[in-house]
Amino acid sequence: MYAQLVSTEGLKKPEDMTPAERAFQERIDRNEKIEPKEWMPEGYRKTLIRQIGQHAHSEIVGQLPEGNWISRAPTLERKAILLAKVQDEAGHGLYLYCAAETLGVSRDELMELLHKGKMKYSSIFNYPTLTWADMGAVGWLVDGAAIMNQVPLQRTSFGPYSRAMIRICKEESFHQRQGYAIMMKMAAGTPEQKRMAQDALNRLWYPSLMMFGPSDKDSVHSAQSMAWKIKMNTNDELRQKFVDQTVPQAKYLGLTVPDPELKWNEEKGGHDFSEPDWSEFFDVIAGNGPCNKDRLGARVKAWDDGAWFRDGLVAHAEKAAARRAPVAAE
Amino acid sequence: MPSLPDMNTPDVAELAREAAAHSHATEIPTPDAGQDAFFEVLLRLGDATLILGHRVSEWCGHSPALEEDIALANVALDLIGQTQMWLGLAGEVEGKGRSADDLAYLRDAWDFRNLLLVERPNGDFGHTLMRQFLFDAWHFELLKALQGSSDPRVAEIAAKAAKEVAYHLERSSDLVIRLGDGTGESRRRMQDALDALWAYTGEMFLADEKDVAVAAAGIAPNPRDLEAAWDATVRDVLTEATLAIPESGFAHKGGKRGVHTEHLGYILAEMQFLQRAYPGASW
Amino acid sequence: MSKEWPLWEVFIRGQHGLNHRHVGSLHAPDAEMAINNARDVYTRRNEGVSIWVVPSAAITASSPSDKGPLFEPANSKVYRHPTFYDIPDEVGHM
Ligand SMILES: [Fe+2]
Ligand SMILES: [Fe+2]
Ligand SMILES: [Fe+2]
Repeated sequence: MYAQLVSTEGLKKPEDMTPAERAFQERIDRNEKIEPKEWMPEGYRKTLIRQIGQHAHSEIVGQLPEGNWISRAPTLERKAILLAKVQDEAGHGLYLYCAAETLGVSRDELMELLHKGKMKYSSIFNYPTLTWADMGAVGWLVDGAAIMNQVPLQRTSFGPYSRAMIRICKEESFHQRQGYAIMMKMAAGTPEQKRMAQDALNRLWYPSLMMFGPSDKDSVHSAQSMAWKIKMNTNDELRQKFVDQTVPQAKYLGLTVPDPELKWNEEKGGHDFSEPDWSEFFDVIAGNGPCNKDRLGARVKAWDDGAWFRDGLVAHAEKAAARRAPVAAE
Repeated sequence: MPSLPDMNTPDVAELAREAAAHSHATEIPTPDAGQDAFFEVLLRLGDATLILGHRVSEWCGHSPALEEDIALANVALDLIGQTQMWLGLAGEVEGKGRSADDLAYLRDAWDFRNLLLVERPNGDFGHTLMRQFLFDAWHFELLKALQGSSDPRVAEIAAKAAKEVAYHLERSSDLVIRLGDGTGESRRRMQDALDALWAYTGEMFLADEKDVAVAAAGIAPNPRDLEAAWDATVRDVLTEATLAIPESGFAHKGGKRGVHTEHLGYILAEMQFLQRAYPGASW
Repeated sequence: MSKEWPLWEVFIRGQHGLNHRHVGSLHAPDAEMAINNARDVYTRRNEGVSIWVVPSAAITASSPSDKGPLFEPANSKVYRHPTFYDIPDEVGHM
């Protein structure tokens, strides 16, 4: 998902736990929320910082592919909707960085890790947005996949993360709908618009499936995260749910999911479908996706170019505070 | 080689000044000649918010801090919303069945009536904020006056927009003060921005015969009447920001008559691309 | 790295006269800007009519290990809750 490859130390068995660790696990099992100042295993804290940080980075890097079309939106209303949507993603990044900060890392530190390539963001945002139909497909598929992951995360064990997810999910609800509304217009539009819509689905289908990450049903790391309730479902469960939800939506649009193997499996009560090309996924994660350099470059430039602005405001705040403070006695 | 008299004459500036003093500029017909004055003035409003909204939205995802990114997007959203109202009314007044979108997406540069100020490139973040402040201070006074318009539709739009713009002005003046009175570098950048943009402010207060006609009908204020209040706001803020107000009174002009800078063509090429490439499609 | 903008906690009072509620946090160079930023970040959907900001560093929180001693005594005072009392239906709404 937005945190696709977060590694942990592996699952601890109850008998290997210290009394504090066992008490902690019991609290989680009782669905109690863990709050920032409370005791927590170091592994829990570190994994959460990585996961929330990756999620936050994904939100702000995720502004870029859609931001790419704000200046070319075809009507004033579409322009306003798209801008409001991309602005929401900045807000999501902001909420998540704040949640991560309660764990003892600062936002600027996380930014620096992103800029140095030491922290990842979701692979999906390294794909280009080439036509207006991509604004439809991104909202429909990418936000759709994200929501699939974020809804269960509202119940995650870490209080600040859970509260951020609740706020985010409330705001997400229009993102997928506005995307689907664009797809409906295009699919029912001129032959060129319909071709554009199908092309967007063709290009974004497999990258969307990759968002859930490779199968982790045998991963001890995932098992630990699930025991800690910072991961609520396996990657395969979510991917299956996403495919089952999306296929009828594509059908309604009159578009074809680009998978000849796709078919309903009565026995499992879900669709059979082809896996994405995982070697492509690892290439993208390793920095070789079509837009990695551009995306990270844009973030670094925004940050570096803005340094004088951030510093200028700090300097003013300090001057103003000094002017307000009573003059100290000699 | 042809001679270059204007460059080769040592006292060329002197000569030009003298010539100007004795000649009266020839009246050249303007592109808007004959266009209904009310329609024209509505375009001036709607095109200004459209182009500035477009420029400001270019920052989305690229601002120096997340909080600023979100704040600036709010400004752009307000401006786009105001555009829909002004251009919507313009289409209604024109009475040829053109919608706000038709006016935004299907006119060429020479039919645009925005101030040159709003089409200036964003530059650095300080440049964008300075442009915003100079515009907001004018926009605020304009909307205040428009709330008393003799046309109730204009008064209603202005009342809604005025609330939004009061906040825009509060925010942009606050940031101009903070950055002017910040570090040496932030002060220098804000001064550079002010120096570069100053010559684009005079156009806000030029009144042509359309402005005069609409003002006489009580629909909109005479632009000249906005200058004193604008000047007071701008001087207060820039003084607090420790910035030096440029002395030149020179003003670039033309935007209100459809004679633009080269930048507008590129803005429109981008903005109108889909409507132009796929005529008649619905999005 | 230059100096980071401090963190602020944001409290918003909604339309219906309820108490200010904690809605989240943000960064700002000082209190005035924190208020402006809070307006832009946390009231995009018409959520509030009044904003408080507090430097996160100025918040003193109860210690989590005090949870028992702090909150359990109140639990036992069931007589504070209206449902503790049986009032006959004939008396009417009370
Ligand atoms: Fe998001
Ligand atoms: Fe979203
Ligand atoms: Fe998201």
